[in-house]
Amino acid sequence: MNALEVRNVSMEYKMPSEKITSLKEMFIKRLKRQVRYKTLRALDNVSFEVKKGEVFGIIGLNGAGKSTLLKIVAGILKPTSGEVIRRGTIAPLIELGAGFNGQLSGLENIFLNGLLLGYSKKFLQEKLDEIIEFSELGEFIHMPLKNYSSGMRARLGFSIATCVQPDLLIVDEVLAVGDIKFREKCENRIQSMIASGTSVVLVSHSVSQIQKLCRRVLWLEKGRVRGIGETGAILPNYEKSSKTS
Amino acid sequence: MIGFVRNLIRYKDLFVELVKKDIKLKYRHSYIGVLWSMLNPLLMMVVITIVFEALFRREIEHFPVYVLTGRVLYMFFAEATNAALDSIQANAQLIRKVYVPRYIFPTTRVFSAFITNMAAIVPVVGTMLVLGMKFSFYNLLVVIPLLLVLFISVGVGLMLATFAVFFRDMKHLYSVLLTIIMYMTPIFYPESIVPERYLPLMELNPLFPVVRMVRDTVMHNTMPDAGDLMLSAGYTVLFLVVGAIVFYRNQNRFIHYV
Repeated sequence: MNALEVRNVSMEYKMPSEKITSLKEMFIKRLKRQVRYKTLRALDNVSFEVKKGEVFGIIGLNGAGKSTLLKIVAGILKPTSGEVIRRGTIAPLIELGAGFNGQLSGLENIFLNGLLLGYSKKFLQEKLDEIIEFSELGEFIHMPLKNYSSGMRARLGFSIATCVQPDLLIVDEVLAVGDIKFREKCENRIQSMIASGTSVVLVSHSVSQIQKLCRRVLWLEKGRVRGIGETGAILPNYEKSSKTS
Repeated sequence: MIGFVRNLIRYKDLFVELVKKDIKLKYRHSYIGVLWSMLNPLLMMVVITIVFEALFRREIEHFPVYVLTGRVLYMFFAEATNAALDSIQANAQLIRKVYVPRYIFPTTRVFSAFITNMAAIVPVVGTMLVLGMKFSFYNLLVVIPLLLVLFISVGVGLMLATFAVFFRDMKHLYSVLLTIIMYMTPIFYPESIVPERYLPLMELNPLFPVVRMVRDTVMHNTMPDAGDLMLSAGYTVLFLVVGAIVFYRNQNRFIHYV
């Protein structure tokens, strides 16, 4: 059983040679036939699948299309062609604290952010104590978010995003959240999720982290699949290639 | 369509919460909070009444209530559609970061504007009491035009939100359009001063039949006029369908433009 299937996904960006932002400009440019587009292929025919309970890594240099691919998997972007099949619940750890509002208190933000992630209100109420405890915010939870430090925000964001046991967890880069102690706590939480059967898609620059966690990896280069397979088989080639280029 | 309904059920809590957040943020740090939504139309009514009552007293009975109903309806429409126009831009951060049905942003703003503006029912009833007007069962029928104008605003809001993503000029253009709509709505003048041959032109304004129905039910204690009902129901369907189509066709491109 696959938790995630990505089939022949391509993503194209149509980039006008100049940005047109007003009606007037558009009318004039259209009349003069000056609207030119450049097509940028961010992803070209990418296919892979993630089995249930598997930790799957995506590697590649900057600009290879890793983040675009993650966003497509999470449903934030719609691919130009191809399809993505997701089975079960998804928790994206791509951007923590989406929709946080500085004027509202931490507590109010838990509900706002949680609902944006698609949880129900009842579920959040049940998990409320756990979220507050994990974020270590204590009394500060009633303070407006604008007075939080960036570490506090990140801790709250992580606690909300991981209060479920998802079927698929999408993780972008190293989760540099808070101090060493909290980072360890985050890693433990992800580890325990993996142990209980959650599939993970992990994007990272860190070869050692991929090596430690993933069984299979996908190597992206300029939007194309350069290699896919066992970590042991792909990583040495990737390292060699990125050193020479 | 099935996907749409399932999405709506999944995100219904978010919908409610966003409406609440809008309302909460609107009145945060204001001393009298929601009272402003009652006081504002009341003060406007006083101003307009002082300026225009002498002019139109003979044509319009209960001038203050006439002004109040027209003004509140127009204010709701203006506020709701303007807020919807900005909604995609204002939530750019979210659109780039998480998957949420996009239509939630313009629609929640229309609904929150609806709720805050409905606070004006209190001053309307108050003014009617002061003027000693008659109350009847027909007054309750005011929910029909109110619901119609709510959904007209949703449709118009969806359209404006889409246009505003691609053309920033929309905001300025729409402020002019709103002024035209305001003067085409009989807020402080009687319909009778509009020459007969221009009446069809006036009826192009979707607020026109709605305002008439509100006054029929609230002030004249009658059923809403059948012609007005048909016309405004037609506008509701038209704007909802066109708005939804325009929005759905373009929503996947929003992320590249915000």
